[in-house]
Formats: sequence, structure tokens, C-alpha cells
Amino acid sequence: MKVLQCQGKHYREVNAEVDNAWNAGEREIRLEGINGQRYIGRSLTGVGTIEISGIPGDDLGVFMDGATIFVRGNAQEGVGNTMNSGKIVVGGDIRDIAGYAMRGGKIWVRGSVGYRVGIHMKSYLSDYPVIIIGETSGDFLGEYMAGGLIIVLGLNLPAGVSPVGKFIASGMHGGKMFIRGSFSPEQAGPGIGIDRPSDDDYLEIISYLTEYATDLAMTLPPMKPDDFVKVYPTTTRPYGRVYAY
Amino acid sequence: MVKTKLAPQLEINLPIVFSAMSYGSISYNAFRSLVQAAQEVGTYCNSGEGGLHPDFYPWGKNIIVQVASGRFGVHPDYLRVASAVEIKIGQGAKPGIGGHLPGEKVSSDISRTRKIPEGSDAISPAPHHDIYSIEDLERLVFAIKEATGYEKPVSVKIAAVHNVAAIASGAIRAGADIVAIDGIRGGTGAAPQAIRDNVGIPIELALAQVDERLRQEGIRHRASVVIAGGIRSSTDVIKAIALGADAVYIGTAALVGLGCHLCQKCYTGKCNWGIATQDPYLTKRLNPNIGTRRLVNLLRAWGLEMKEMLGGMGVNSIQSLRGNKEHLRAVGLSREEMQILGVKLAGEGW
Repeated sequence: MKVLQCQGKHYREVNAEVDNAWNAGEREIRLEGINGQRYIGRSLTGVGTIEISGIPGDDLGVFMDGATIFVRGNAQEGVGNTMNSGKIVVGGDIRDIAGYAMRGGKIWVRGSVGYRVGIHMKSYLSDYPVIIIGETSGDFLGEYMAGGLIIVLGLNLPAGVSPVGKFIASGMHGGKMFIRGSFSPEQAGPGIGIDRPSDDDYLEIISYLTEYATDLAMTLPPMKPDDFVKVYPTTTRPYGRVYAY
Repeated sequence: MVKTKLAPQLEINLPIVFSAMSYGSISYNAFRSLVQAAQEVGTYCNSGEGGLHPDFYPWGKNIIVQVASGRFGVHPDYLRVASAVEIKIGQGAKPGIGGHLPGEKVSSDISRTRKIPEGSDAISPAPHHDIYSIEDLERLVFAIKEATGYEKPVSVKIAAVHNVAAIASGAIRAGADIVAIDGIRGGTGAAPQAIRDNVGIPIELALAQVDERLRQEGIRHRASVVIAGGIRSSTDVIKAIALGADAVYIGTAALVGLGCHLCQKCYTGKCNWGIATQDPYLTKRLNPNIGTRRLVNLLRAWGLEMKEMLGGMGVNSIQSLRGNKEHLRAVGLSREEMQILGVKLAGEGW
């Protein structure tokens, strides 16, 4: 394990040091004293682990391709922005646009997320991005979603309070979303289907939740299929007739 | 202290670059013609926002890749293989509309390049939802610079609208090495007609204003200005450079060279000339090697005409013409137009 002291360093320096260690074949790196440095793990290609103590700045793991990042506390905006593959595990909360246009890989968040998380997510054959949010999400979750999976668990919420905001899945034309807890159709964008998860869906949920709970070393409360609402697109062409062609 | 460290630059043999036309909006053979011609002439071809087909990676030295709001096909290799990366904020033909590749054109190859399911719409809305300010734009510019080791210029493409000068200034302050400005009549057959014909402003007016504003602010040297939208001849290129551009993008003119008849039905995916279609029966009508030859002829002819015009002006290098408005004179323009363009009336002396 390589330990890099990052206190007071500019992101350019931190990222260059991570690159040097990574290119020298180091596959377990711990970053100490991170305080707002941006782009950590950016376009990192290959399998390996980066542990972060402190609060990483915007665009953590942007364009990342294969690595795993563990953050003990919170992270800022744009976690996993345009990520290709790999995994980001956050023990606290994150803010807006996490998982923007993710094409593969996983983002596990123990706490809550901000607005427009998982927008433009895509999937193609075995490339299948997954985001699991432990507590709550802001508005526009999964906007323009074209593939992949989002699960919101709504943990630690009083009964009857929805774990997600408004305009959920606006313009969604692929992928699916499972929300545990209260969710009313008015919270979804137009043209969105709402249902209970099928048996296969529930098996998929459970398999990802097992991995999530292991990575975050937490025990999930007992769950059953009826706790979840499935949100899915009813068309692959939501704007096909907008211009009357 | 003299700052001698230059930002990364692109070198071109001719100040004409092929504009952003994605593989998806145009066919494989059309895209191949463009990259081959760009390589032969020593210029660049912009990939558009639809990702880059693996077959075209060997031409990376002559390709500018684009990152738009849908982020189709954007991954580390895509950014590394290109010579420059362009962030598309706006498009002259459809400011405020965004990109929308209809499901009919998302064939299996397109779906592989863009990483979306076959037959599904490819939606790239007007706003980048991670960019709500110049500071946010700076974050994306530097994310790309970080991902490419600060070795490639980052371009920001904006539409020519009424406050374009302030927007261009902001883009440069956000770290852009190139600002691309796209004017009204940037060709497309895939934008709503009411938007296409009415929303943008003419590129000459926008360019003159941007150049003037950047000079006043003392930041003109920090970025190149590339303009697009309505460049139809070599004289248009000369005028654009004299008004302050470093280079121009051509899209429609190049497609006309490939055989486009401007029927403006690109959105149907039924292009008879094998250009704006993914139907294998139609795309094979365009032979990429003949297409390359036509494009090379077009650029070479424009290049020769431009040299003749420079000779006529007594200017021995194209750089000396940049922003040199004294070489321009107006005929039939109003006083206000001449004022905005910064050119004198024909007949007026120095």
C-alpha cells in the first residue's frame, strides 16, 4: 500500500503523484489529507484501489475506467462523471450530477445525493452502470436515462416521506429505477411507467444490495419486493414526435 | 517577465477545418471521406458528438473529438486519441435546442459507437446539466485537460447569439484554448425550421463583436477563434480571417462536395446520396475514396484562390490578414452594420 500525503497540494500535483504510482504498478494507494482536490482518479485505467481520507473535490473518478475508489466521508459534485467502469464507494453524502452519462461501473452512496444524479446514464450489452443511494435523492434523478440501474433505499426516513424529489426520470428512455418507500406518480416525469418489481427484478436488486452492504460494511434492514416501486420508460423515443415529423 | 510557455496548439496547412458532423448523423463512408481528406490536406475533421468508430482511431492526429451534453462515446481512449477536444455548448443552426439523433438512424454500428440501445433516440439536450456557470465550464475544461495530460487544446463551441461576445470571453476565462463560434445558417437538415432560420445571428457580425471585445479585454491572444456557419466559398474564408478569425469550419460546403443536394431532409435517414443515412443500401452509393478526392480538390481549390487573393492584397502570410479590417470595404451595408463589423465604406481611404 502506497500512502500519499496530499495536505495543501494542488489537484494537479495530487493527480500527477497518483499517476506516477499507478504507472509504476502500484495498485493500492491511500490518499491522506484530501481537502477539495478535484478530478481524483480521473481517467484511471486498470484494476486497483484508491482509498481517500478527507473530502474529495468535484469530478471524483471522472472518465475512470476500472479502478475502485473508497471515500470514508462525503464527496462533492460530479462523482463518477462520465465514468466507463470501476466502482466508487462513498461512506457519506454526495451532491449533484453524480454518475452523469455513466456507461458502466458502480457508485454506492451510504447517505443522500443532490440533484440530477444518474442523468444520461447509458448501457450497452455488458456495460451496465449501477447507482445505489442509501438515503434520499434530490429532483431530476435519472433524467434522460438511457440505460443502467438506479436504486434508492430511503433508509432512516420516517414512514410516508418519499426518498426522492420531483421530476424523477424525466425524458427517461432506457434502463430502470427502484425506489424503496413512498413514491407518487406526480413525482415522475411524463410518459414514465410505474409498477412493482418482478421476481427477476427483485433478485437483481438483492444481488446488488448484497455487494453494496459488503462494500460499506453495513447491515440492511429486512426488505421485501413490495417495499419497492419500479420506475421504467414506456418508450425508447420520448421526443420522437416533438417536431411533428 | 515574458511568458514564453505556449498553450497546446493545433497546426493546420490551410485555415479550413471540417465541422462537427457525427457518425450517426452522417454515414460511415461520408465520415471516412472527411478524415481521409483531412489527413491528405493537413487539417482536421471534427468527430461531432457521436463518439468515434474504432475504425477511425488511426486518423486521430487529424481528428478533433467532441464532448456534448449526451457524452456519447466519451471515454479515456477517445480523449487520448484525438488532437484536440471540443466541448459543444451550442450549435448555430439550433441554439437552445440540443442534439437529437432520431431512433431510425441508430443502427447497430451507431449503437455500438454511442453505447446506447439500437433504435433508441440519442438525446443530447441543449443544457449540459453539470454546467450552469463559467466556473462549471472551467471544471469540465480542466477535467478534459487533466484526462489528456494538458497536451491537447480544448475548444469550446458556442452558438452566435446576441450576447456572444460576453460568452466567448467567459469561455476563454474558463480555460478554452479555442473558441468556436457557430452562426445562423450553420447547415443542418435536422433542426426545426423555425429555429434554424430565426434564432442565431449572422456569423460576420458575431465574429467582429467577439474579436473587438476580446481585444478590449486584452485576452484575444489567449485563444484561437474558429468560426462556422455559412462559409460557402474561399472569399468567405478570406473575409472571416480579415474580421478576426484564425480559421473556419466548413460543414455544408464539404457535404456539397460529397454530392449533397441540400434537400434538407437529413432527419429522415433516407439520404439519396449516401451521406446522411445509415441504410446500407444507400450508404454504398458514396465511395469514400472518390469522396476523399472531391474534398481534397475542394480544399486545394479554395487554398489556391485564397493565395491569389492574398497576393492581390499584397499580404504575404495569412496571419498578417487576421483581424486586418483595413483590407475590407463594405458595399450596400447600413452605417450600423459597418460600425458593428468595424469596416469602412468602399471608396474610403486608410
